Amino acid sequence: MPQEIDRMHVQRLMREGAQVVEVLPREEFEQDHLPGAISLPLRSLETEARGKLDSARPILVYCWDTA
Amino acid sequence: MYDYVGGKLDWLAAGLASEGTNATRPRAGDVARREVPTCGLEEPMRAVRERVAATGWNACVVVNEERVVLGLLRAEELQKGHDEQVQRVMRPGPSTFRPHVPLDDILKFMVAHDLPNTPITTSDGTLVGLIRREDVAHSGSE
Repeated sequence: MPQEIDRMHVQRLMREGAQVVEVLPREEFEQDHLPGAISLPLRSLETEARGKLDSARPILVYCWDTA
Repeated sequence: MYDYVGGKLDWLAAGLASEGTNATRPRAGDVARREVPTCGLEEPMRAVRERVAATGWNACVVVNEERVVLGLLRAEELQKGHDEQVQRVMRPGPSTFRPHVPLDDILKFMVAHDLPNTPITTSDGTLVGLIRREDVAHSGSE
């Protein structure tokens, strides 16, 4: 179960080199995303995550909001 | 594994840097005036009017101790009252926008509602600054 975190914790993890993943559709990612984030839309998460993420580093995922 | 519960909306609403095609569009946070005068609910209008006049501004944002926006005093309201408290004169609950909103979207609203200015806040209502119509015009959105 992922650990829920807030914005300040996100900024700390980013400074520490965490992998930041946006799970929204690619078009939304192209418009706006957190600095350094990579796009892994939810529908393709399972197939693409293994090839794009380093399991040895912390992974931080986000969507649009709390919904 | 971590889940940023607030998401992209929380990040953008906080006025933090982002990447992407929208990052180059002028946004509210880019032109919001951080130095806008503020006052509290219980201050007497006379004192607030004098203080605001000394700054050269014609607007004042009413905030609480955490700088959460509670109301707005535009030029019209600033001329009212003497010993009355701000809360009796202010415009309560003004329309606000988040820092990440594109300027042209805000301008359409300000024109439609004939607003000379509007507060910019974070998603929890904390004041970021005030946007003035003339600032939007100078940004090239008009």
